[in-house]
Amino acid sequence: MTSAALRSRAWKLLEMLTTPLLPSDYLDLVSPLRAGADLRGRIEDVHPETGDAATIVIRPGRGWRGHTAGQYVRIGVDVDGVRLWRAYSVTSPTDRRDGRITITVKAIPDGKVSNHLVRRAKPGTLIQLDQATGDFVLPEAKPAKVLYLTAGSGITPVMGMLRDIEFDDVVMVHSAPQPHDVIFRKDLHDLVVDKKLRLTELHTDTDGMLDIARINELVPDWAERETWACGPAGLLDAAEEHWTEHGVPERLHTERFRPSIVVAGDGGKVTFGTTGKTVDADGATPLLDVGEEAGVLMPSGCRMGICFGCVTPLTAGAVRDLRTGEITEAEPGVLIQTCVSAAAGPCDIER
Amino acid sequence: MTAIDPTAHLTAEQIEELGRELDAIRDEVISSRGEKDAAYIRKVISAQRKLELVSRGILLFSIFPPAWLIGTAGLSVAKIMDNMEIGHNILHGQWDWMRDPKIHSTTWDWDHVSPAEQWKHSHNELHHTYTNVIGKDNDLGYGIMRVDEDQRWHPFHLGQPLWNFINACFFEYGIAAYDLELGKNLDKRRRKDPEFRARARAVGRKIRKQVLKDYVIHPLLSGPSFLTTLAATFTANLVRNIWSHSVIMCGHFPEGVQVFERRSIKGETRGQWYLRQMMGSANISGSKAMHFMTGNLSHQIEHHLFPDLPSNRYAEVAVKVRALFEKYELKYVTGPLPKQVYSAWHKVLRLSLPNRKPKVTTPDREQELVAA
Repeated sequence: MTSAALRSRAWKLLEMLTTPLLPSDYLDLVSPLRAGADLRGRIEDVHPETGDAATIVIRPGRGWRGHTAGQYVRIGVDVDGVRLWRAYSVTSPTDRRDGRITITVKAIPDGKVSNHLVRRAKPGTLIQLDQATGDFVLPEAKPAKVLYLTAGSGITPVMGMLRDIEFDDVVMVHSAPQPHDVIFRKDLHDLVVDKKLRLTELHTDTDGMLDIARINELVPDWAERETWACGPAGLLDAAEEHWTEHGVPERLHTERFRPSIVVAGDGGKVTFGTTGKTVDADGATPLLDVGEEAGVLMPSGCRMGICFGCVTPLTAGAVRDLRTGEITEAEPGVLIQTCVSAAAGPCDIER
Repeated sequence: MTAIDPTAHLTAEQIEELGRELDAIRDEVISSRGEKDAAYIRKVISAQRKLELVSRGILLFSIFPPAWLIGTAGLSVAKIMDNMEIGHNILHGQWDWMRDPKIHSTTWDWDHVSPAEQWKHSHNELHHTYTNVIGKDNDLGYGIMRVDEDQRWHPFHLGQPLWNFINACFFEYGIAAYDLELGKNLDKRRRKDPEFRARARAVGRKIRKQVLKDYVIHPLLSGPSFLTTLAATFTANLVRNIWSHSVIMCGHFPEGVQVFERRSIKGETRGQWYLRQMMGSANISGSKAMHFMTGNLSHQIEHHLFPDLPSNRYAEVAVKVRALFEKYELKYVTGPLPKQVYSAWHKVLRLSLPNRKPKVTTPDREQELVAA
């Protein structure tokens, strides 16, 4: 018998010992970061970058497969007892010796996760991790000339690139409201001193937003440069237009942070993802009734919110709890009780 | 059942006002739910797992009497924790708000022969929606006992003290059978129903796994302690079964608890539903340890009003709920465990015989409820 077959037999036996739980439920008590466990990480350090941004040092579990400079990682953090998932760019180099990774988070107004991470996260806390992903990465063949066009926290994936690979000719145009808002300002200026980077730092509070047409004046040879741009949608839209207009759209690589903006309204179009049905719903009819009316087979139970027999994944949009008025927005892993939830704007339900 | 409806003095407006006040209590807990509550359930789960591991470890040497005693006691407590404070409450969805897929009503399974899915249907859906409604809520005597004067007497009920005792000893099997509605499904035609057969197979699988674990694998691992470990696990299951049976009997069977006619719940308002939960449940008074070991079902009244609130909050809710009972001049049925267990058993014994007093006729009873 092969060792893999032996191992799988042994594991089956262990499962018989621990049923109805799994051996991993017990192993997680002592070694949550071990190989074979669900991927997690432990926050080992939090250090401030600016007044509202901090770098979180994370020791990933043994199952971490590493990242490529520029990629992001989704993390699940318990905020006030509720697990919330967000994506952040990895800001550490890929060859960090201690095996730890960093993400750098800017606290956005009313941002539950970002404020928690910047202001309240404590070393020792376990978080959930996904493998790094994203195609905002550098090519295998080194481009001769590089331009990084960034604004605000759009600096974070680019910092991961800057720390990872040195190019011969790198220019960066970075915008932030004021000098003290520039994340990694010291690191950037150190690179400038070492002649590894030419930096144009724009302060939008005093200079106004970057007009993309000024790129000709700031970086005269911009069209010859392989460009990575990350920042607010306005900047990226303008850049895409500009690069296309000048016939070099293939030189531009963009990364959009898509904050899911949900406008909670009163009723809306409800899409039942599995069956592909879409119907209009008002803000007072339980989604269970809406689905049944549309001929969708909905799991149901007490029809008054107490038995949890109707829980269903909410994959997009928002719903309102008819008892409390509380709004629940779609996020991975969010299940709603369809018998006491109504559409609060357009939403998608997995049925 | 008492001849006089204990809610007859309430007007329809008062009942709706009562419902609003209970909703407010619920909202308050929901808006303050957070980190502390999450930490609580994680701590309980972790403690339970550690206790079970250590107890099973000690039982490997159960051939030595002190090891047997300590291991059996530990395993009994671990099994009670798993069923009561952890399993029952997670399967109610009390911790779903944490969005942790490992502590969620849709993924949890417990150390019990009844599959979580089936139990959620018969318990959360049928029992909690139709609490104490004769003919709708099978928890009223589990289909084998008569626990209210309004239930028709049959000579079969003469044996119910014995059935109840056997049910207590093998309670988890009783629940599994009850979730399958074995009584009515063993009928020849229904036995062939593919849906029933699938559910019966699921129970069979669960029983096989549980029995294999408790009575084969762990004893085998104990080597020379095979027999003593087997006896220890059997004892732990027995202790857990008798304990949970006792706690659950105290929730709805003691004297003073009301039952309801099937027709009385037609068109029931939210206030009336709340009122039925209040009158259909009973509490157990006692220490914090007692509340913990009952899975906070010692706060059965509060649990029935708010089955999805985290169990660690029932104690604080109970103070407010009790104040409402007083305000609306309703009887809050509660007492220490021995008294409530005695009361429930007394009822089981008393009702094994036909009613002594002429019973209240059903139409009167209905009129009372309509008036309420």
